Amino acid sequence: MERTEDLIELCLLMGKIMQQNGAETYRVEDTMTRIAQSFGRDEAQSYVTPTGIVFTISPGAPAKLVRVSARETNLEKVKLANNVSRNITNGDMSTHVAYKELRKIETSPTDYSMLMQIIAATLASGFFSLMFQGSWYDFLPACIAGGLGFIALINFIRLFEIKFVAEFIASLLIGFTAFSLFSLGIGKEVDKVVVGSIMPLVPGLLITNAVRDLMAGHLISGLAKGAEAFLTAFAIGAGIAVMFALF
Amino acid sequence: MLIEYAIASFFASAAFGIIYQAPRNTIIKCGLVGMIGWVIYISLVWREVDSVPATLIASFVIAMVSQMLARIYKTPMIIFSVPGIIPLVPGSLAYDAMRNFVQNDYSVAISIAAKAFMISGAIAFGLVFSEVLNQIIKKIRQTKVQLR
Repeated sequence: MERTEDLIELCLLMGKIMQQNGAETYRVEDTMTRIAQSFGRDEAQSYVTPTGIVFTISPGAPAKLVRVSARETNLEKVKLANNVSRNITNGDMSTHVAYKELRKIETSPTDYSMLMQIIAATLASGFFSLMFQGSWYDFLPACIAGGLGFIALINFIRLFEIKFVAEFIASLLIGFTAFSLFSLGIGKEVDKVVVGSIMPLVPGLLITNAVRDLMAGHLISGLAKGAEAFLTAFAIGAGIAVMFALF
Repeated sequence: MLIEYAIASFFASAAFGIIYQAPRNTIIKCGLVGMIGWVIYISLVWREVDSVPATLIASFVIAMVSQMLARIYKTPMIIFSVPGIIPLVPGSLAYDAMRNFVQNDYSVAISIAAKAFMISGAIAFGLVFSEVLNQIIKKIRQTKVQLR
């Protein structure tokens, strides 16, 4: 027989890893209750918001809370956590082994090196400026501005720990780079360059997830994600606007 | 040129797969999903379909393809749908709206923001719609098995 405390800890850790790394709200709730069900706890309930998770194993039992302070998108970890939950519900993994496995996933380093992510952001910026009907002349300046912006973002997030400020400074840098290159005669349409190079920062996924959560009835999650997306969009827009005013 | 857009969207989606740390062996599939979505979207827009229904159709197809891939490779669907959806996401509109807001051009900003909201609604609707369809198919299969 599994100990109840272990099971609760396992469910909470599973929920935390999934929520921190960008799984959908309903999937987090679903996975947590399904793990509890696989151990015969049919009345477990979970309540997931972007900033915290509440879980109770049975109606009379005390509820437990986990705070989720930082969110990012790491699909690899979502996949690994999903594998663990699959193994648990199939009965192939005990709570003890699963808990250890999840701890390993939580602390495992990212699969891609920083350099590779920067290169990816650089290329993404260039190709996005092409997709928004930019010409090939805009490809190179968009790459440069987008790459620099991304480097600034990851470094300033470490420095300030307030995402909003880091995004503002990154978009200032993007604006500065794009407008300077444009005034040097590199690039055809400065708008396309800017739009392409801010794409790695833009909260597009958050906006979509926010609407999706609202539709699924997760009203708090939806509004919270919407607010986060709005703040980010505001930071980026403000940074670019400052550069517009200067140039 | 459609082929140019296809290539650009393939690399953009694959690069986003790396930024979102998708597992290594799925990166090319992420790019393909994104390419399919963007090609559908852009060819609809070129046939003078409004961008909102075009986004709806493209995101529906992306979700269907992602679900298929998810079933084949036994992974969560979002690994494919998240990088695939990125080209459709109205990031540039959101940025445009914000730029107009901070430049005190409120009426333009509001209308662009409304458009961005409509498009993100369309994306979400496409995703939800394909999920519902999937569940219906699953239920029909189950009842068939039960009838036998």
